[in-house]
Amino acid sequence: MTRTDVIVIGGGLHGCCTALHLARRGLRPIVLEKNTVGRHASGVNAGGVRQLMRHTAEIPLSMAAMAAWETLAETLGPELAANCGFVGGVGQIGIAQSAQEMDWCHERVAEMHALGYDFEEVIDQEELRRLVPSVADICRGGLVSRRDGHANPFRTTQSFRRRAEQLGARILERTRVIGLEQGDGGWTVTTDNGVFRADIVVNCGGAWAWQAGAMVGEGFPKSHFASTLMVTSRMPHFIDPVVIGIDRVLSFKQTEAGTVVIGGGILGDPDLDEETAETVADRMMESAETVYEFFPILRKATIVRTWAGLEALMPDIIPVIGPSRVARGLWHAFGFSGHGFQLGPIVGSVLADLILDGESPIPLDAFSPSRFTAEGKLKPQAH
Amino acid sequence: MFRRLQPDDLSATIYFDGRAIRCRSGESVAAALLSAGIARFRSTPVLGAGRMPHCMIGVCFDCLLEIDGQADRQACLVPVVDGMDVRSQEGAGRYDIQ
Amino acid sequence: MTGTERENCELAIIGGGPAGLAAATLAARLGVETVLFDEQPAPGGQVYRNIEANSRETGLLTPILGADYARGLDLVRAFRASGAGFEPMSAVWQVAANGKVGISRDERACLVRARRVILATGAMERPVPVPGWTLPGVIGVGAIQTLMKASGIIPDRPVVLAGSGPLLYLVAFQLAKAGAPLQAVVDTSGGSLASAARQALPILAGFAGDLLKGLSWIAALKARGIALYRGGYLSIEGVSRVEAVSFRSGGRRIRIATALLALHEGVIPNNQITTSLRCQHAWDRTQLAWRPETDAFGATTSPLVAVAGDGAGIAGARAAVHRGRLAALDAAFRLGRISRNERDDRARADRQALLREARFRSFLDRIYRPSEAMRRLDDETIVCRCEEVTAGELRQLIGEGFSDVNQLKSFSRCGMGQCQGRMCAGTIGRLLADETKADIADMGQYRLRIPVKPLPLAELAALGNADRNSGPVLEVADGDPSQRI
Ligand SMILES: Cc1cc2nc3c(=O)[nH]c(=O)nc-3n(C[C@H](O)[C@H](O)[C@H](O)COP(=O)(O)OP(=O)(O)OC[C@H]3O[C@@H](n4cnc5c(N)ncnc54)[C@H](O)[C@@H]3O)c2cc1C
Ligand SMILES: Cc1cc2nc3c(=O)[nH]c(=O)nc-3n(C[C@H](O)[C@H](O)[C@H](O)COP(=O)(O)OP(=O)(O)OC[C@H]3O[C@@H](n4cnc5c(N)ncnc54)[C@H](O)[C@@H]3O)c2cc1C
Repeated sequence: MTRTDVIVIGGGLHGCCTALHLARRGLRPIVLEKNTVGRHASGVNAGGVRQLMRHTAEIPLSMAAMAAWETLAETLGPELAANCGFVGGVGQIGIAQSAQEMDWCHERVAEMHALGYDFEEVIDQEELRRLVPSVADICRGGLVSRRDGHANPFRTTQSFRRRAEQLGARILERTRVIGLEQGDGGWTVTTDNGVFRADIVVNCGGAWAWQAGAMVGEGFPKSHFASTLMVTSRMPHFIDPVVIGIDRVLSFKQTEAGTVVIGGGILGDPDLDEETAETVADRMMESAETVYEFFPILRKATIVRTWAGLEALMPDIIPVIGPSRVARGLWHAFGFSGHGFQLGPIVGSVLADLILDGESPIPLDAFSPSRFTAEGKLKPQAH
Repeated sequence: MFRRLQPDDLSATIYFDGRAIRCRSGESVAAALLSAGIARFRSTPVLGAGRMPHCMIGVCFDCLLEIDGQADRQACLVPVVDGMDVRSQEGAGRYDIQ
Repeated sequence: MTGTERENCELAIIGGGPAGLAAATLAARLGVETVLFDEQPAPGGQVYRNIEANSRETGLLTPILGADYARGLDLVRAFRASGAGFEPMSAVWQVAANGKVGISRDERACLVRARRVILATGAMERPVPVPGWTLPGVIGVGAIQTLMKASGIIPDRPVVLAGSGPLLYLVAFQLAKAGAPLQAVVDTSGGSLASAARQALPILAGFAGDLLKGLSWIAALKARGIALYRGGYLSIEGVSRVEAVSFRSGGRRIRIATALLALHEGVIPNNQITTSLRCQHAWDRTQLAWRPETDAFGATTSPLVAVAGDGAGIAGARAAVHRGRLAALDAAFRLGRISRNERDDRARADRQALLREARFRSFLDRIYRPSEAMRRLDDETIVCRCEEVTAGELRQLIGEGFSDVNQLKSFSRCGMGQCQGRMCAGTIGRLLADETKADIADMGQYRLRIPVKPLPLAELAALGNADRNSGPVLEVADGDPSQRI
């Protein structure tokens, strides 16, 4: 039996970042990861660091995350920060092809202004062309968030892991949490690699996070999906911003290595029990077709690999962040529904605030676990 | 570096970076280039090192060339068609922005 | 089959070497609607590459390639007569667990739905990562032979062959017969064929022909005055192309200046497709390679998919024929053409033949197991030819705690290039096992996904035009693009 003050379930980006911030504040977290760190969504995602077109409930958190990305060196030290491969300020652009999409861009910006946010701007074709010289004539303009960018997901997760370790956290890989029980002496966390005792447990279990909830009788949606990406061989550098579709299926960016990572909501076949996902060729053509039409330069490119990652999907597509509604000393942070990488550097920090100070400077009410019924359904009023 | 056992029937011509190469229709582009004395097919995107076909059966991907406008084609598997435009694939290749 | 139109077939066979040809021939004869796909322009596989044309033409090559090669013609003829469909120049870029086979042909991609699939994708030469092996002028011994078989092309300047395995001497012998200038053969295997054969005589009864053949190649090379060395710890020199090879032999270092160097350390299963299907694989401790686990008929753990021939573990061309036939019998049974009893009755002769072959193979495996002297990796040796990742870089990451081949891949890009890990999969596992003092069988394999051959984006995009109802793409919630995942 190993005793410590806090156990973190899950060695994804959010688990590692949570451990980092808790360690920074003097705790001795142990992260339990059933596979290896960054094996799942955090290590295999598209690396998009996007404020653009976010759910309005997420915007304050997302803005704080953006600031954290821009000051990674303060959190990680210069070397580990550089390792994340974060490229900010290149912008993310939603590309509009139709007049309706352009109309939507204007409406969106009006809505954002009403809420007091000014980081999204409508751009015309000329500005689009200036930002993305490789774009085809059929693209009319779009919506840009200029601070946005991208990073290398696997390396980022490893950097947070390393920093957490430097600060005194322990990371145990190939250690699966199979039981969670609260008693007089705090939590007993049973794994296939020993038993742990802790005062606090943080559930950062990604697509499997509902299982930790079930261990204490707390229901959450089990829904998840397999987001798919395809990647080209290395190409000469030709684009800086990340581009996404508005009505069309599209999302792509060029990595530091020169490969182009293409996604945009292509679904693979998830297999939660086998802890993997298959990519399905028949479902990738639509994305391939969109990039083919929007970016003539990609017409002779080659798809070298595809992959899919497992990600929890909440019915309202915003995450679950906050205290358990059935047990004290248990905290949740999961359900990022396909866009939690950008939030990576901030969620652990607000969790540390919540756990140690009882409050966070960033509004988190929308993410409360209490928006679900005991069975794990979204409560009607939560919509 | 290589020679043909029977040098007859070289009725096809392909162009390697503009240079005309006589060869046999239907043989692999890689065989055509090697028998014309070409050892450097491409350079790598990372270190810019020259490469020649290594496996000749489609598994090593060192023979990648741009053939008739399509990048990354395996020269050891693509059969010669008269008039083919073949380019060495330098680094990450040549792409026009538009 | 043209363009992107979809067609279905009962049995899809991937690979037209001896295993695929024998499987297709028998399956078609048993009434199974069969189509064989191969990325080569003609049937024959690696061993009988271009056999039809070479037998037809002036016959210059047939005597050079020998009687074993010529025998392939019968297999091809039987296949041609069997009624099985043949799709040449068709690269298979996916086999999905549901039987959907993705093909790229004439720069178009299409999907064919098969009720059963036999993978007969054969073998590839084992990569030989030694310093300098990426230089132009360094090529596979099998690659040299492929050039000879497919195009009648032979080296015109002195060539050095280095490595081990039956193919090393066979190709040396064939080159000598063809009149290619052979500079030296460096044998990197541990012991000598003659002495190993003497020790193993009891199990080798019945294989005198094969053994004599091997010994006669060596004798013929000696008779021609070709320098034969035993050596190890190869190192290749050169700046923009190979200039020399050096190796340790009998306590000293020998250096041979050469412009063409051919390497060979045996062949390993080409198991890209079974890996992408997540079939169960086992690490073969003698052959030092992963192979898919199969039942006696070649059925893998993926319900619709069997594997036959060297792709299921190296057993050679003769065995490939029997393995192909067994897979075909099982396919015919599963597709309702023959009864279980009939399958098992017909299987008996092939089983027996296979048992016989297995004895000789285990002998070959033992004497040609890559030697320690060839397995050592210097830090500067490139492991991943595509992304140019060295053993030293990987060692450093392993030292930092990476304990899994896929972690190493994600961090270093080793295995992420165009060859999709074919050339480094074995090496990275070995390196990880050596450095962490672990068992290579526990190191796992790269996670592979489709396409198993890189696919032009244009082909994938055009696939969409063929089939508009392309299945689920995550819908934007309530039609609001900001409610996106
Ligand atoms: C293909 C893809 C592309 C994406 N693209 C983007 C993007 O461009 N931008 C963006 O912002 N977001 C993106 N995302 C979403 C983003 O990756 C995720 O939201 C984020 O990584 C979630 O991090 P996590 O730590 O919660 O989950 P994970 O990284 O999945 O980590 C959870 C970990 O918990 C472990 N675990 C679970 N249960 C247990 C247990 N019982 N015991 C021990 N360990 C356990 C798991 O093994 C896993 O490693 C993408 C996701 C995918 C799949
Ligand atoms: C280069 C080379 C030369 C060899 N020469 C000899 C020799 O001379 N004598 C000898 O005894 N043994 C030789 N071998 C060993 C030999 O391969 C086997 O013993 C025998 O050929 C195995 O037969 P098979 O039917 O299993 O596969 P193979 O004969 O290897 O046939 C496999 C076929 O599958 C096709 N294929 C593979 N992947 C795909 C794909 N994704 N899409 C479409 N088609 C695909 C290939 O083009 C090939 O035609 C050689 C091996 C290699 C690698």
